[in-house]
Amino acid sequence: MADTSDIKKGFKMLLDGVPFAVVDHQFVKPGKGQAFIRTRLKNMMTGAVIDRTFKSGEKLDKADTEERTMQYLYPEGEARVFMDTRSYEQLSLTNEQLGENVHYLLDGTEVDVMLFEGRPIGVTPPTFVELLVTETEPGFKGDTSSNTTKPATLETGLQVNVPLFVNAGDRLKVDTRTGSYVERVKG
Amino acid sequence: MPESADVAVVQVLELRAALLAAIRRFFAERDFIEVETPAIVPSPGLDVHLSAFEVRNDTGDRVGWLATSPEYQMKRLLSAGAKRIFQLCRSYRSEEQGSHHEREFTMLEWYRGDATSDDVIRDTEELIPFVADSLDQPAPEVQPPWQRMTVDEALQFHANMTLDSVIDDEERFFRVWAEQVQPRLGTERPIVVTDWPASMASLAQLKPNGMADRFEAFFRGVELCNGFGELTDAKEQRRRFERDRVERRRAGLPIYPIDERFLADLERGMPESGGNALGVDRLLMLLLSAASIQAVMPFPAERL
Repeated sequence: MADTSDIKKGFKMLLDGVPFAVVDHQFVKPGKGQAFIRTRLKNMMTGAVIDRTFKSGEKLDKADTEERTMQYLYPEGEARVFMDTRSYEQLSLTNEQLGENVHYLLDGTEVDVMLFEGRPIGVTPPTFVELLVTETEPGFKGDTSSNTTKPATLETGLQVNVPLFVNAGDRLKVDTRTGSYVERVKG
Repeated sequence: MPESADVAVVQVLELRAALLAAIRRFFAERDFIEVETPAIVPSPGLDVHLSAFEVRNDTGDRVGWLATSPEYQMKRLLSAGAKRIFQLCRSYRSEEQGSHHEREFTMLEWYRGDATSDDVIRDTEELIPFVADSLDQPAPEVQPPWQRMTVDEALQFHANMTLDSVIDDEERFFRVWAEQVQPRLGTERPIVVTDWPASMASLAQLKPNGMADRFEAFFRGVELCNGFGELTDAKEQRRRFERDRVERRRAGLPIYPIDERFLADLERGMPESGGNALGVDRLLMLLLSAASIQAVMPFPAERL
């Protein structure tokens, strides 16, 4: 059994049967009073963020979670299939479970799959992925400095704002934490 | 260690030294004596929500505890005739770790004999602008007078409930205080919160209205100090110690001894006094707008 002294960023606990990950935490102790740990928790099933305050020393249920490195294989209806690179075991997650991350999956992309009580509940893609631009307004040569941007559609369907010099057929580096353009990849 | 971190540590050292020097100057100008009291004490304080470090010698015998504050010994000095005393010392509290807590931290504690809690509130209001100027961190928002509010008013204003409605459930009181009230106290300017419930009086006397003669100042949601119009009645003090021991037993906490010499000195006579305990690391953190007290300490526990 865990307690509040185990709380740190990323600690995973069970609340009413649902796994939550600690996003932020603060020890608070009103003058000469009871100590508490204020936390911000992310629901690992839905991504929703909640605030919860625990009494210092309160017992916590650790969530039975495990992260495994897997390779994305192919879509199957409304789901995506992944394979464990060591055991070759395959499993699938629905597009709904994947959320925005569905836009970072290319054949062979390695992701960390989060398992809760043995069942997959979500993935963490690489921090940066390279994706091809399939559609955008033609670029303006020479305009490499201005802050003006335009929308572009990438090969996975992801929409990002890009600088004016980007053209269809360019490869872009995208930050998967923010879903934003980082740079054009040479070659 | 990267070069930039070295520079930061040296800056912290210089600012801490300047702050300590400014505090000493402030009290010297007001005819206070700087005192020193032991770190190892026979009783670390009986407050139910404070945990102390036990000290043992090489043969495993207990020699005492590290002081959670220098309060008992400083009050014994008042009983011995000292009138204005201050101390800058380390205080030690186990199980306190967070961005505003360290297991050992620097405490400024001062007492005025023949004085009231109002007198030490005034000291506090003058001290903070004084040290801010000395550190070249002018802070117009800390100029006196500071706003005053009772605990009941703070609860009504920030949590929409009266003190009466939560007084019987101490845990709920502290939860509401920690979640809804304290983060909103002193956001623009420091604020002094007075009239604490008698059950949270600790070593404070009671006011004619039945509330504790206790105050706390808050700045940007951080508790800066805790002060009292001091309890001078030895019998009442013993009653509270016994009550705290019962509560500690009920909560399964270690039951520290009663400091009999402190009570004997109270019995012998302590003048009506005002006292205040202020977290020096928190003060420096606030003056510099630092993110944590660890950021203004050369060796917080996590970097030891």
